[in-house]
Amino acid sequence: MSLDLINLIVQATGESLFMVAVAALFGTLFGLPLGIFLATSRKGELFEAPAVNKILGVIVNATRSTPFIILVVAIIPFTRLIAGTSIGSGAAIVPLTIASAPFIARLVEGAIREVDSGLIETASSFGATPLQVVLKVLIPEALPGLVLALTLAVVSLLGYSAMVGAVGGGGLGDLGIRYGYQRFMPDMMLAVVVVLIALVQSVQTVGDYLARRVNRRLRNR
Amino acid sequence: MNVRQSSTALRPIESFPPIAPDVEPAPMVRFEAVSKTYPAHRGKPSVRALQDIDFGVPRGSITGVIGRSGAGKSSLVRLINGLEKPTAGRVFVDGRDISGLAGHQLRLAQRAIGMIFQHFNLLSSRTAAGNIALPLEIAGWSKSDIATRVSELLDLVDIADKRDRYPSELSGGQKQRIGIARALATGPSVLLSDEATSALDPQTTRSILDLLANINRELGVTIILITHEMSVVRQLAREVVVLDAGEIVERGHVADIFTHPRHAITQSFLTEVLGDAVPVSLSSRLQPQRKPGDQAVIRVLVRGVDGGDTLVSRLAREFAVDVALLSARIDEIGGQHVGSLTLGVPGDEARLTKVLSYLSQRQFSVERLGYVA
Repeated sequence: MSLDLINLIVQATGESLFMVAVAALFGTLFGLPLGIFLATSRKGELFEAPAVNKILGVIVNATRSTPFIILVVAIIPFTRLIAGTSIGSGAAIVPLTIASAPFIARLVEGAIREVDSGLIETASSFGATPLQVVLKVLIPEALPGLVLALTLAVVSLLGYSAMVGAVGGGGLGDLGIRYGYQRFMPDMMLAVVVVLIALVQSVQTVGDYLARRVNRRLRNR
Repeated sequence: MNVRQSSTALRPIESFPPIAPDVEPAPMVRFEAVSKTYPAHRGKPSVRALQDIDFGVPRGSITGVIGRSGAGKSSLVRLINGLEKPTAGRVFVDGRDISGLAGHQLRLAQRAIGMIFQHFNLLSSRTAAGNIALPLEIAGWSKSDIATRVSELLDLVDIADKRDRYPSELSGGQKQRIGIARALATGPSVLLSDEATSALDPQTTRSILDLLANINRELGVTIILITHEMSVVRQLAREVVVLDAGEIVERGHVADIFTHPRHAITQSFLTEVLGDAVPVSLSSRLQPQRKPGDQAVIRVLVRGVDGGDTLVSRLAREFAVDVALLSARIDEIGGQHVGSLTLGVPGDEARLTKVLSYLSQRQFSVERLGYVA
């Protein structure tokens, strides 16, 4: 494989990582509070608001059931509004964020719901405000689950990012399609797949390690 | 693990009013005609958890609230710490109507109530010291004040060496000590114990109960023990409230209630610690009719009457018979003898009648169980 091609792979890897990192960041920024709210706003819960909970739940489900490639194309006007353009890695962050936020929210909701409700009651009985319960009890106690949820989100984002080539987003997936598939370069395709596997593998390893580090429930760390 | 005996570690916590010995102080917790009904929900009918609850917990006392599961104990606790509102009536804690508070005022009042739990409810993400610091952080204490206070509390519950351990590295008894330290952190005037020893083995239970007694004595904290275990009430409480199906069926001094139980549920709690079952080997041989040469089997209940412990030898002397002691259990509750003796009395019916009247004259209640060969 020529140096040019290797350069292409390096550049595409950089684009993928950039898109995934920024989208994961924004996705978490929106998804974490949304997930916490979803986990604490049913009837009788901390931020009781069953109607809002239902509406947000429907919106989250709707976003999650839209195939990503369709979402990318469908929201092009919105992407242009936010990013100033609808083409390129920067612009691709918009659909990636919109797809990942509800996904992260559902994962966060699951992790938060795992926290023993007795702990919420304990903190409340000490006179904790709902916000204190979230910051001092729910997030710290759910942290191992949250770390694993974010790991899963990043892995999924790597997969999604392969599709943003459709709007000129670049990245590894785009490289694989344009060179590996359309130009009949199986070695390029193989290289892209290997790099993606390595990336996913490292993300998962780091995520598992961090989750174990923050988990105090295990006796032997 | 021994409970720390030195009183230097048990410094009184600030803001606790001294108890005036000569005046009858207002109760620390007072239920006024309280009822709690949970509305029907998702097809389940509404539940009347508590009805017409009316009682006071004396300041500085250790009061037991005993009942079977479903008796309304949990609802009672949640009304005291303001997690739930009564459907009717009012709940006062330290003179304040906690059932009428909301928002910030409620949270301030809740900080004056400590609580310990059956399953400890410690944060797994925090060390022992971190868990104890939680209520102080919630109350907005400064970092340095928290550090000082946490050290005091670790000493108080005698677990200073575990300060940086996580709950997963601690035993049940150690976890409950941390729970107690956490509950006492903000210097509450009331400590609610919700089945705090139910998940512990008997020896650990003993040491936790000793610690609670110590805290009550040294700090003057009023303790309310919610439990389904008679042994806990017996070891620690001076006052007891017996709950059944959401109503108070008996209340008063532990010794009075358990020496003269009036309600079936109280009787059953008593039976639990004393056991009044006739041994199977005996009951299978019991006959309702006397045959010549049989001895009568009687059960004598000892309920706060003096002389239960020497009864057998006195009977033997009085009637010059060898009274057989078939089974017996005598215990001390609130300084009084409580228990039952199953005795075999040889001889004819005339002698038995004399024995029975001798016993009833001395305030023992007696039951004729039957006859054995």
